[in-house]
Amino acid sequence: MASSGPAKPGRPGRANPALYGGMPAARSARGMAPRLLEFADELRREGMAVGSSELLDAFAALEAVAWTDRESFREALSATLAKSHEDRRLLELIFDRFFFRAVEREAVERGVKEGVSGEGGEERIDLGALRERIRGALRHPRGSDGELRDLARLAISAFGRQGEGSGVIGVDVQRIRRTLGLKGEQAGAELPDPESVPRDRLREFEGHVRRELERALIERTESLPPARPLRDFDRALPTGAAQDLAAVHRVVAQLRRRLATQGRETRGRSRSPAVDVRRTMRLSLQTGGVPIELRYRPRRPRRPELYVLCDVSTSVTSASVFFLSVLHALHDSFRKLRSFVFVERISEVTDVFERERSFEGVSRAIAGDAGVADVSGYTDYGRVWLEFLEQVTDDLDPRSSVIVLGDARTNGREPHAEVFARVAERAGRTFWMNPEPRLYWNYGDSVMAAYERYCDGVFECWTTKQLEGFVNAIADLRPVASRPR
Amino acid sequence: MPVAFHSIEETRAGLVGAGYLAGDSTALVSFLAQRLGKPVLVEGPAGVGKTELAKALSRATGRELVRLQCYEGLDEAKALYEWNYKKQLLRIQVEASDAGWREVRDDIFGEEFLLPRPLLSAISSEQPVVLLIDEIDKTDQEFEAMLLEVLSDFQVSIPELGVVEAKTHPLVLLTSNNSRELTEALKRRCLYLWLDYPGPERELEIVRLHAPALSEDMARKLVEVVQMVRNLDLRKPPSIAESIDWARALLLLGAEDIDAETLRSTMSIIIKHRTDLDLVTDRVGVKLTDGLVGSRQAG
Repeated sequence: MASSGPAKPGRPGRANPALYGGMPAARSARGMAPRLLEFADELRREGMAVGSSELLDAFAALEAVAWTDRESFREALSATLAKSHEDRRLLELIFDRFFFRAVEREAVERGVKEGVSGEGGEERIDLGALRERIRGALRHPRGSDGELRDLARLAISAFGRQGEGSGVIGVDVQRIRRTLGLKGEQAGAELPDPESVPRDRLREFEGHVRRELERALIERTESLPPARPLRDFDRALPTGAAQDLAAVHRVVAQLRRRLATQGRETRGRSRSPAVDVRRTMRLSLQTGGVPIELRYRPRRPRRPELYVLCDVSTSVTSASVFFLSVLHALHDSFRKLRSFVFVERISEVTDVFERERSFEGVSRAIAGDAGVADVSGYTDYGRVWLEFLEQVTDDLDPRSSVIVLGDARTNGREPHAEVFARVAERAGRTFWMNPEPRLYWNYGDSVMAAYERYCDGVFECWTTKQLEGFVNAIADLRPVASRPR
Repeated sequence: MPVAFHSIEETRAGLVGAGYLAGDSTALVSFLAQRLGKPVLVEGPAGVGKTELAKALSRATGRELVRLQCYEGLDEAKALYEWNYKKQLLRIQVEASDAGWREVRDDIFGEEFLLPRPLLSAISSEQPVVLLIDEIDKTDQEFEAMLLEVLSDFQVSIPELGVVEAKTHPLVLLTSNNSRELTEALKRRCLYLWLDYPGPERELEIVRLHAPALSEDMARKLVEVVQMVRNLDLRKPPSIAESIDWARALLLLGAEDIDAETLRSTMSIIIKHRTDLDLVTDRVGVKLTDGLVGSRQAG
C-alpha cells in the first residue's frame, strides 16, 4: 500500500504549493524514480551519506525485487542505501514517514476520500469486547499488520470523535490508550501483570493509532503538515542500562586499537626496518647460502601504557558512574594500565579493578572502602598532581598516555598548573575528558583553561557518543611524532 | 553444479536446505548479491551466524567456499599472490648458461611461477565460488584499499603479468564485528546486511532444525532461557551456535526438563566467562527454581 507505484495516468495534481509542506511543487513529478530521489534527499537531510552509486544500486535492486511487496521494497532499499546499523534504523523511520506522506499527498491531489467509517455506520461499539480484541491481538506475537490497523481505526471511531480530537495527535493517542486500559509490561517485574501487553506490540499499536489520526487530519484539512526532522530520541537505538555498559566496552575496545596502532602510523612507516640476521641466514640456506630474500624484524606495535585519573568527588557524581564504567572497560582491554581515583588526595586503584571483575564490585569497593578515597571531601587538583607525579615519576615516559577524567573544579584551591605541565611533558600524550558542557568551563571555580594548554586534546564527555568522538579524535591527532623525546 | 536463484523465495528455500534459516532481509540480500553481483558486507554481534551464512550459501549454490581469514598485518602476499621464487631460481639455474636473460625473464614471471592466494584463486577459478572475507575489520586500512579493485572490478593487477580478470563472478561476503569503522569507499561497493540475534520464534525454529529430537517444550524453554541470558549484561552473550550446542548436549544427557540443576551443570556450554557464570546462576537460576520460566508460553 505504501509504495508510491509507477506512473499512473490521472489528472494532474491541483497546483497547490502549500500542500507539500515546504517541498517545492516542481518535485511532484509522477513515477517511481522521482519519488525515490526525493526519498534519498530526505535521507540526506537526516545526515545519511547517500551517493549516486548507492542510488544506482537501489534502482538495480528494485529491478530484481518485487517492489509491490512493502517488506521487500524496504529491505531492498536498506540493503543498498544504508551502510550501518544506525543508518538502517534511520531509514526505516524515514521510510514509514515518507511513503505515508507520499500516499496521502497523492490522495489529496486526486481528491480520493475514504468513506467515513464509524460515524453512524456502527451504532455502538461494545467497549469491553473491543478492549479484549485489541489485547488479544497485541499478545499474539505475529499478529498481522492489517488487523492491528483495523483495530486502531475501530478504537479511534469508538473514542476519539473522529476529526475533532484535542488537535494534538500525541495527546489523543495517549487518551485512547488510557481509555482502553492498555498497559505495557514492566521490565523486570517478578510476576507479569495479567492486564499488561508486550511493550513493543503496544508501541506498534500506538503507531497505527497515530497514523490513522494523522490520516483523518490530512483528509479533513486537505493539506500535509510540514515534515519535521526526526528527534534524537527517535533515532537513537533502543538501549537499556546493561547495554550502556556494553556500549562503553565496545568503544573502549576501539580505543585500544587506535592507541595500539597509532604509534606505528605516526612514525612515518620507517622505510628501513631492521634486518633479522638470524632468520635471513637460515633462509639463505635454501638458496645455497646467498641471502636472496631478506627477513626483517617485525615491527611490533608499541604497547600503550595508560595512566587514567578519575575524579570521584561529589561535584561529578552523575558523571562518575559513567567514568567508572569507562575505567572498568579500560581495565578489561589494557594490561598496562594504572588507574587512580582522586578527590582531595589521589590513590591508586589498579589492584581493585584487578581483584573485582564485576562493575558492581568495583563501584562498591571504591565508594565504600574509606582507604581508597574520601569521597566526601573537596577536590584539590593541585595536590593531586603533586602526589601523582611523586607516585609515578619513574614510570612516566614518552610512550605513556595520561587520561584525566574530571571537571577541573578546584574549589578555589591552588591549581598548580605548572605541576600538571610537568606531568604532560613527561608523558607522551595527555588527554582530558570533562563531564561538563564546554559552555560551563572556566566559570566559577573551573580552571580548565589553565590545564587545557598542556593537553593534546580536551573533550566534553558524558555519553558514549562523546566517548566515541574522543576515540575518533585521538586517531586524528598526531602530536607524538613531532614531540621531541 | 552451481545453482542460481531466481527469486527471494527460492533463495530462502535453498538456504533452509543448507541448514540455515534466513530472515527476510538475509534472504533478500543474498538474492540481490547474486543477482547484482555485488559483495555483501555483513555486520552484527559475534555469534549470530555471519560466517555460517557464507558456508550455507556455498552449500546452497553448490559453489566452492574460498575463505580469507583477516588479521592484523595481513598483506598482499598472503591474500592475493606471491611469486614462487624458489621455482624461479631453479629455472634460472637449469638454463643458466645458454639462455639469454630476456627469454628467462619472460619465462619466470609467468603464471607457472605464481602462487595464488585466496583472493586470486577466487576470481581465477573456473567454477564460480563463494568468497568469504572474514573479519575484515581486523585488517589495516591499506588492505581495505587493496580490496577495492578486487571487489568492484573483480580483477587483480600483477605488475609483471598485467591484469588478471575474473573468469567467473564470485559471490563475495565480508564480515565485520564492527571493532573498527570501515572506510566509506569499501562500504559504497557493498550491499549492507545487519544480522542480529533472532527473536524467540525464529531461534526456536533454528534449534528445532538442528536438534529435531528435542521436544517442543524443552526447545521452547531452552530458547526462553537463552534469550533471558542475552538480556543480561554479559561479557560474552551466548551465540546461536551455542544454543544449538546446548540443545544437543541436553539430548545427549537425556535431560527431561531444564531446571536450576540442569542449568548449573550444563551452563558452561553457553557461558564462557567465570563472572558471567555467577551472574547467570544468580539471575536465571532463581527464576527456574521458582518455575517462572516456561509457565507463560509465547503465543
